[in-house]
Amino acid sequence: MVWPPMVSAQFHFTEEQDQFRDMVRRFLVDTSPTTEVRRLMQTDAGYDAAVWQRLARELGLTGLTIEEKHGGAGFGMVDVCIAMEEMGRALLCAPFLASSVLAAHAIALVASEEDAGRLLPSIAAGEVIATLAITEPDGRPGVDAIALPAERTGDGFVLDGRKHFVLDGCSADVLLVAARSPGSTGSDGLSLFEVAPDAAGVTRRALTTLDPTRKQASIEFDGVQARLLGRVDEAGPGLVRTLDIAAIALANEMVGGAARLLEDTLAYTKIRMQFGRSIASFQAIKHRCAEMLLQVELAKSAAYYAAEAMDAESDEATYLASLAKAGASEAYLHTAIEAIQLHGGIGFTFDQDTHLWFKRAKSSEVMFGDPAWHRERMMQALIVKERASSEAQMGQPA
Amino acid sequence: MSEPSESSVRADVSGWLESNWDPDLGLNEWRNKLVDSGWGMPEWPTDWFGRDFSASLVRAVEQEFAKQGAIGVARGGIRLLAAATLLEHGSTAHKEQFLRRILTGEDNWCQLFSEPGSGSDLAGATTRADLDGDQWVVNGQKLWTTSAHHANWGLLLARTDWDAPKHEGLSYFVIDMRQPGVDVQPLAQMNGHASFNQVFFDDAVVERGHLIGEIGKGWQVAMTTLAHERRRADGLRSGYSDVGADIERVGRIYDEEQVETATVMEPYTWYPQRAGRVDLALSRALDSGRIEDPTVRQELAKLLILSSSAEWTARRARAAQQMGKPQGPEGSLGKLAASHVARAAARVHTLISGADAMLAGSDGAEDGIVAEILLSVPAVSIAGGTDEIQRNIIAERVLQMPKETRFDKGPFRDVPKNVSTRLAGENE
Repeated sequence: MVWPPMVSAQFHFTEEQDQFRDMVRRFLVDTSPTTEVRRLMQTDAGYDAAVWQRLARELGLTGLTIEEKHGGAGFGMVDVCIAMEEMGRALLCAPFLASSVLAAHAIALVASEEDAGRLLPSIAAGEVIATLAITEPDGRPGVDAIALPAERTGDGFVLDGRKHFVLDGCSADVLLVAARSPGSTGSDGLSLFEVAPDAAGVTRRALTTLDPTRKQASIEFDGVQARLLGRVDEAGPGLVRTLDIAAIALANEMVGGAARLLEDTLAYTKIRMQFGRSIASFQAIKHRCAEMLLQVELAKSAAYYAAEAMDAESDEATYLASLAKAGASEAYLHTAIEAIQLHGGIGFTFDQDTHLWFKRAKSSEVMFGDPAWHRERMMQALIVKERASSEAQMGQPA
Repeated sequence: MSEPSESSVRADVSGWLESNWDPDLGLNEWRNKLVDSGWGMPEWPTDWFGRDFSASLVRAVEQEFAKQGAIGVARGGIRLLAAATLLEHGSTAHKEQFLRRILTGEDNWCQLFSEPGSGSDLAGATTRADLDGDQWVVNGQKLWTTSAHHANWGLLLARTDWDAPKHEGLSYFVIDMRQPGVDVQPLAQMNGHASFNQVFFDDAVVERGHLIGEIGKGWQVAMTTLAHERRRADGLRSGYSDVGADIERVGRIYDEEQVETATVMEPYTWYPQRAGRVDLALSRALDSGRIEDPTVRQELAKLLILSSSAEWTARRARAAQQMGKPQGPEGSLGKLAASHVARAAARVHTLISGADAMLAGSDGAEDGIVAEILLSVPAVSIAGGTDEIQRNIIAERVLQMPKETRFDKGPFRDVPKNVSTRLAGENE
C-alpha cells in the first residue's frame, strides 16, 4: 500500500498563480467588504449584478475552467480553488459555486458537445446564471440519493418531483436537473436535463437559510417538459465527478474563510485589553490560536492537494475530495467556534462580523455531505482499492 | 570554485569504491580509509574530511555507496550533532582530537543538557562547573541522557556564573564520561524501556582545554546542537530510499556493523510506536474485520485525514524552502501535528483491539506492539519540546502574539528554582 496517496503534486503555487491570487484578493477587498456582504445578504438575489459583471469581464472568473473554445479561460482546478479560497476569505455573495463550478462542470462532463457549445459561452461571460439541482428534500448527499423520476414521453422527457437546497435556485436563468429513469438505482439510470425556470409546471420558492450569504431554493417540478443533456441514463459518472469538484472547491472556500477568521481573531485579541494587558498575552488565548493555525494549515494542505489531484486526473480524486471536504469542514467550524469564543460577548452580537463566517462555516459543513458522510465515503473508496490490490496479488502466479 | 558535475562525482565515487571497498575489511580500518578519502562526509569542509558538497551532490554520493552496498561513516546516536557543534564552535585542537573518531564510530557521545529542575526551561540548568587550577570541577545532575551508558564523551551545558542572567552564565564543555566522578544510572520508563539515563556528577573533572566556545557563551553553542537535532528530526520524518536493498550483505564488515547498530540503535526501538504506527492502522482494521464497524471507519478516517494532511503540510514547507520562498507558518507546525497524529493513532489502535488492548507482551495485539504504542504515545507531546512550548513558539514567533512576562531576567542566583531531587533508585 502506498500511503499517503501521492500524485505528482507541486506543493506550491506558481508565480502566475500567486499573482492571480493577489489580483482576486485586491478585487474582493474592494468589492466585498462586510458592509456589502450585509447589504446583499438581505436581498432576494443575494448578489450584486454589477460586481458579477466585473468578475466576468475584468477577471474572467465566471468562465475560469470553461474551455477556451466555449468562451472560457481554460484554467485548471487549482486556479478555481485559488479563486474559491479568496471568495471564502471575503465571504463574497455571488453565484460562483452554483454557476461557474457546479453547472459549468456538469455541462462540460455530461452534455453533448453541441449543448455545451450552446450553454457554456453565456455562463462563461457571466450573462447567464445556471445552477445544478441535485439534492432532494431528504437532504441525502451523493448521486445515489437522486430519486426524481424522468419519464420518457414520445420524443421528450417529463420531470415530476422536488429538488431542494438548490444553490441560487431562485436567481438562476438555467436549471440543470439530475433525474433518474424509473427502476434504476445507484449511479445507473441518471440523466441530466435542462429546464427553463419559467417553464410550465416549475414552482420556485426561496428557502430561509441559516447562512443568509448563500441563497438556496426549493423547486417543484410538476409534469415539466425537460430537455435531455448528453446521453440518457449515462450522467452518473459525470455527476459524481462534478460533485467531487464542487467538494474540493468548497473545501478551498472553507479554508479561505477559516484563515480570515483566524487573522481577524488574532488582530482582535491583540487590541483587547483586560486585567491591564492585551488578552493575546495570555497563554490560554495563545494556545488556542496556535491550535487554530494548525487546523487551518492542515486543512489547507489537504484542500490544495485535492485540487492538484483533480487536475492530474488522479484515480484518488474521489478519495481526496472527501478527505479535503471532511477536513476543511471540521477546521472551519472549529475556527468559527473559537473565533466567537475569543471575541467574548461582542462575538455573539449581530453587529460584529464573526457570525457571518460562522454561518457560512456551519452551512458549508453539511453542504454536499457532512464530515461523517465524507469520512465513510473515503473509507469505502479505500476498502475497495485495498481489496482489489490484494485480489490482484493473489491472482499473480507464484 | 564551482562544484563538480553530478555525473563526474558519481564516476569518481564509484571508481574509488571499486578499488577500495571490501566487505572483508574490519569496520574500523574501512572507516579510517573512508574518512581520509573525503567520501565519508562530503558535506563537511575540505579541511575536515569533507568536500564542501551541496545537498544534491551528497545525495548522489550516498546513492553510489548504496548501489555497491558500501558502509558509510558512523552516524548513530548524537555523534553528528556533536560533530556539527565542534565544527562550528570548536578549536582546531578539538577538531583534531574528536572528529575522526566520531566518524569511525570509535567514540560514542551523549548530550548533557536537560536536568530534573530544567526541562522546557533548558537555560535554567543548575549543574555547576567551577574552575580549579587547570581543570573544571563539575557537580550536579543531568536527565534524559540517551545512550549515556554507551558514551565515552558528553556534551555538557553547565553554569559557570551565578550572578549573570540565566542565559549568560552557562558554558559548554566536552566531558570524559569514563571517570570516577560520573555516575550513569538508567531511568526506567512507563513503557518498560530504559533508553534514557540520569547522570550524576560528583567532583567530576573537565580539562581546561575542553571548554567549547567562550565562558558564558554556552547557550549559543547549545543552540547550534539543538538546531541540528531539529534538522535531524525532520530528516527522519522524510523516510529512506531502498537503493541497493537487493545487495547481499555478506562479509566481516557487515557483521561488525550489525553489532554496532544493535548497540547504538537499541534506545530507539520504541520510537516508531511513540509516533503511533499509523502505517499499521488500516491493515489491522482490515485483517481483524473491525473495518466492518462504522465507528472504526470513522475514527480511522479521522486519523488518515490528520496524518495525510500533516505529511502534505511538511511537503509544502519543504517545497517553499527549496524554492527559496520565505518560510510560511506550515514549517513550525510539524511537531504539534505529530502529537495529534500519535494520539489519534493510539485511539484507533485501541478501538481495533477492543479487549485485547488490556493485554501486553506476547498476549497483546501484534505481539505487544499495540501495548507499546499505547504506553509510548504519551512521550511524543513531551520529548523534544512539549506541545505547550510548541504552542508558545507558534503563538509568539508565527502569530506575533506578545511574549510571556518573565520573572528570570535578573542574576540567576535570585531566580526561583526547583529544589534538586534524585529520582527513584537513589538512596541518598
